[in-house]
Amino acid sequence: MAVCISVIAKENYPLYIRSVPTQNELKFHYTVHTSLDVVEEKISAVGKSLGDQRELYLGLLYPTEDYKVYGYVTNSKVKFVIVVDSSNTSLRDNEIRSMFRKLHNSFTDVMCNPFHNPGDTIQSKVFDGIVSGMMVTAG
Amino acid sequence: MESLTLTDVEQKYYSDLFVYCDTDNTKKVASNGRVLDLFRAAQLPSEVVLQITELCGATRLGHFGRSQFYIALKLIAIAQSGLPLRVESLNSVKDLPLPRFVVGKNEAEARHAALYPDTDSQGLYPASATAVIPRPPARGLQIKKGPATSIALPVHEVIQPLATNIEPQQPEPTSPVVSPDQSPPTSPHSWRKHHRQHSGGNVDRQQPAVVVAAAAGAVWTQFREPPTGPVPGEGMWPSHSPPLPGQESWVSFTADTPPSSTIPGMHPSSAQDSTTLRTAAMAGSTNEMQRQSSCYDDPWKITDEQRQYYINQFKTIQPDLTGFIPGSAAKEFFTKSKLPILELSHIWELSDFDKDGALTLDEFCAAFHLVVARKNGYDLPEKLPESLMPKLIDLDDSAEVPEAAADVGYSGSPVEDPPNKSPSMPSLNQAWPEMNQSNEQWETFSERSSSSQTLTQFDSNIAPADPDTAIVHPVPIRMTPSKIHMQEMELKRTGSDNNHPTSPLLTNPPELSEETNLPASMKFAASNSGGDGYSSSDSYTSDQEPITRQRSHSGTSPETLKVVAAPPPPPPRPHASHSRSSSLDMNRTFAAVTAPGQQQPSTIAYPPAVPPRPLPTQSSAPHTGHRVDAEGVPAGGAGLTTTSPHQIPQQPNFADFSQFTAFAASEQPSSLPEVDTHSEAGQVEKAPEGAGPLRTVKSDGQADERTAATVNSAKGASGPLAPPPKPVRRRLKSEDELRPEDEPLGPQKSNIIAAVLATQPSIPRSVGKDKKAIQASIRRNKETNTVLARLNSELQQQLKDLLEERISLEVQLEQLRPFSHL
Repeated sequence: MAVCISVIAKENYPLYIRSVPTQNELKFHYTVHTSLDVVEEKISAVGKSLGDQRELYLGLLYPTEDYKVYGYVTNSKVKFVIVVDSSNTSLRDNEIRSMFRKLHNSFTDVMCNPFHNPGDTIQSKVFDGIVSGMMVTAG
Repeated sequence: MESLTLTDVEQKYYSDLFVYCDTDNTKKVASNGRVLDLFRAAQLPSEVVLQITELCGATRLGHFGRSQFYIALKLIAIAQSGLPLRVESLNSVKDLPLPRFVVGKNEAEARHAALYPDTDSQGLYPASATAVIPRPPARGLQIKKGPATSIALPVHEVIQPLATNIEPQQPEPTSPVVSPDQSPPTSPHSWRKHHRQHSGGNVDRQQPAVVVAAAAGAVWTQFREPPTGPVPGEGMWPSHSPPLPGQESWVSFTADTPPSSTIPGMHPSSAQDSTTLRTAAMAGSTNEMQRQSSCYDDPWKITDEQRQYYINQFKTIQPDLTGFIPGSAAKEFFTKSKLPILELSHIWELSDFDKDGALTLDEFCAAFHLVVARKNGYDLPEKLPESLMPKLIDLDDSAEVPEAAADVGYSGSPVEDPPNKSPSMPSLNQAWPEMNQSNEQWETFSERSSSSQTLTQFDSNIAPADPDTAIVHPVPIRMTPSKIHMQEMELKRTGSDNNHPTSPLLTNPPELSEETNLPASMKFAASNSGGDGYSSSDSYTSDQEPITRQRSHSGTSPETLKVVAAPPPPPPRPHASHSRSSSLDMNRTFAAVTAPGQQQPSTIAYPPAVPPRPLPTQSSAPHTGHRVDAEGVPAGGAGLTTTSPHQIPQQPNFADFSQFTAFAASEQPSSLPEVDTHSEAGQVEKAPEGAGPLRTVKSDGQADERTAATVNSAKGASGPLAPPPKPVRRRLKSEDELRPEDEPLGPQKSNIIAAVLATQPSIPRSVGKDKKAIQASIRRNKETNTVLARLNSELQQQLKDLLEERISLEVQLEQLRPFSHL
């Protein structure tokens, strides 16, 4: 289960960020912010090779001692970043992928909402619900 | 001021009015516009109004406090009923009808039910000023007695007329308060009914007021309707709500209220209701209470009037009831309700059931209903209430049930899918319009419905899709279409399979045969050796005729089929249409027949003097030139080789045929030593692949019977056993056609094929002319078959080798992998 989930817009500002509240949320914000550099690097690297077939799932961006950061970027350069607790080693790559897939689906649902303007922060309750489902059910 | 005793109804009514007028929410109403409008609406002479104002003490106070307001209202009622204005009459007058406030009939059609003033002053009704949707909570506070039901009712009614009214103007997003919650519209409904009744005739001018009074909350009935008018059922909706603020454009219930907002079924009951209500009116709306209580079960239920109103609103945006409202249009529409965007966004999420960014009628109604509820102060639910789940409006039960069943299985409606019928139905229904609109999936569906149970159900359900029912349930589109698509694909496949037994199925069997029959192929190859191939091919043709032909053929071409072993046991003929099956048979046949061991080379070399047989059909062209006598194998072979290049390129990707050609060529090779086993194998391998296209092509070409036969036999060699002679014939034909399409395989194969083709005399179109010619062609085809069979076996062997190699490589890779981390 994720400790922090965030959605970052194309211009690299956060559309949505949510962490397990017990911990220091600011720390996660910084983590996500720094992970953006890695994401950019990955995007540009792949972009050189082919342009089209860029894999959406970026995989493990970088691990720290406490947690691991996974990234996923959509075709419209919207990035999803998931921070997972390192102690939670049971999480397999497939599970992370499925989490990203769910995130992506919910994100598209939010985008489909005509009342949502792209670029606004995401305030959808449904999206929140899905994210909560993926977060660690910590106390 | 004298103490004022008001009946419950009056109390409610007055409080509503007070709230309405109390724009500043200061609990006292200045002589501001609303009050004045209200009083003006009372249609009393101004002196009277002045008098009333004086009497109630507002003049003294300078403003209307609540009590003053109430007194004033009562005085107005008194005045309206023609009684002299006396302070003492305030309490003495019994059975005083509620004051009536008539608004000018501006909106012709809509009888805007007086809406309770909404503190937010939501502009619901553009026409008549904004229909204020009273906030239930506020209302609730004031009107303790009549639960919002009455409010809902009038609101609803108002909405409807508004709808009609608004329609001309602009779609008003928010429907009048339809407070779903405790006061499910039913009760107000009835209430309304009889109001309407009243309004129906001028007769009940007075009574309506009374009746209205009976209803919870004050009802501002504007009955101005013409005596008869469309009242019945229409609309005069005695809307309880107090006149909208500032409205000149007050909802006017005119008798000729727009028929649009008809409240069906009201009349009959309304009459009764009215009577009952009337009787009970003053006593208190017992009936109403009853009704109201009954409505408490489902606060989110949409009444018919509401739904009608929503439908009308829907029409303003999208005239086609089965169509969608795009997100942008819906956004504009609902933005008019002046709800915060966040809430609208949430409403959208709830109501867009299938997440397609567009609203069907059901979704729209649900959204509208939620907006109305929200405007009335009800909190939005987290999940879509069941009663708001998109569902067909007119779906028959019969249709619904199977549809639901089918739907459930068919399209999993995602998300909040309560385990009842509606969600499944909605999904189904939703799928419908999407399907219909988006593509012809449905049509295809119906075509194939026979093939699938579910589909059949669907079709039956779909069939009755009249425009109304076309409003299908919104269905999670995402899932459905894919499912439908998948199902369609399956259907298509099955259908196409049925239609073209050759193509898809054909592809499968050959592959199967190829895969599963590696050993068989070996045996096959082996069997090919010496007339076995032929015999086997004969057998695979599964026909006595071919066999006999072969026999005879072998007799004629002793070189090739010298050893025509006992006719291989007729392989189980799968079915005529399937060459694939025939291929299976073929393999089996070959397996049965094959002499153990004979490898391809030998088999290849087997047909020694097979007269060069040009591949049927496409090779026919070049072959025609080479339509050499079958006997001249060597020469034919040479010729073949020369011609092969031509033929090869000509041949499209016919794996089979190339095989055959290769096979034939390989047969030739018996006379043509340069047969390349590899190529043959490759060709053989490709045969199965080509089988598919072959099959498909089969249907295309015209074929030469002979070539067809040849092809069939060739095919059999490669795998599928030829079906009985007739089909063989046909197959040969198609194979011939297919052959041309078979692209030249590798150069090696092409050589072989070319050789084969070259050796084979082109089969003249005019087959069957000459018996001998036929036999010759048959021979050739068989030779080709054997050659190709050998090729096949060779290729399969190669394949096996390659697979082993690959496995070993993979193992190595695995071993090396751990080191990659370092």
